[in-house]
Amino acid sequence: MVRENRVVLEMPSLPENVGLARLVVAQMAAQMQFTVSDIEEVKVAVSEAVTNAVVHGYGDAPGTVRLEAAAGPAGLEVVVSDRGRGIANLDLARQPAYSTDPERMGLGFVFMENFMDTVEVESAPGAGTRVVMRKRATRCGPAIASSGT
Amino acid sequence: MALRGGSLWVRMVGELDEATADQFRTEVEAALDRTRAHDLHLELSRVTFIDSSGLGAIIGRYKRVRRAGGRVLLVNPAPAPLKVLEMAGLLRLMEVVQADPDVAAG
Repeated sequence: MVRENRVVLEMPSLPENVGLARLVVAQMAAQMQFTVSDIEEVKVAVSEAVTNAVVHGYGDAPGTVRLEAAAGPAGLEVVVSDRGRGIANLDLARQPAYSTDPERMGLGFVFMENFMDTVEVESAPGAGTRVVMRKRATRCGPAIASSGT
Repeated sequence: MALRGGSLWVRMVGELDEATADQFRTEVEAALDRTRAHDLHLELSRVTFIDSSGLGAIIGRYKRVRRAGGRVLLVNPAPAPLKVLEMAGLLRLMEVVQADPDVAAG
């Protein structure tokens, strides 16, 4: 039985908050019917989305990143949004190995799409970015209560 | 970190993400400069998390070592980081080895 729950976290766009966001969502996922492996995947997806907001959303002037995590019968929904620069060309940004930064691999969206069931992105220059990711839980009972993976 | 027979062994601990990637980058670059090691062994048994920011830091060191003709080996990765490394294609570039963790790194 999954009780509905929804948590909203607003945090400055600092790298140290990426791990904090992972922890919050991992804890929520651990209380749902996800396997340990699923939870690891959710952590990566959340990390990618929040890192994008931190690295690309605001440039040098920090802004606010909003994390919403909701648990319900359909599974887990995570929304990561910012009110920053926005993405000029979304199709291009979602292509694997595309990055505006030569030091980066451009794999954020690839991981989000592989590790979550659905990923929706809304963005426009100057209008911020909103990423909605969902994952269905398919096992019986929370991971923490079972033996083995 | 330890230098063994021309290879720099780095024992990594914790999470490798946007918050820690720069420190990893800086420390390994400094150790490679100092030791002039030819190969790089990254001991990963105590790495609990890697995302694409962490991968980028690893790839940067890989490029440097490869330019000098050396190899980068990933030692004892745990399942979750290993999946991320594999998905990014890094296992086509770097060998994964299992070694005794107490012997492996200094």
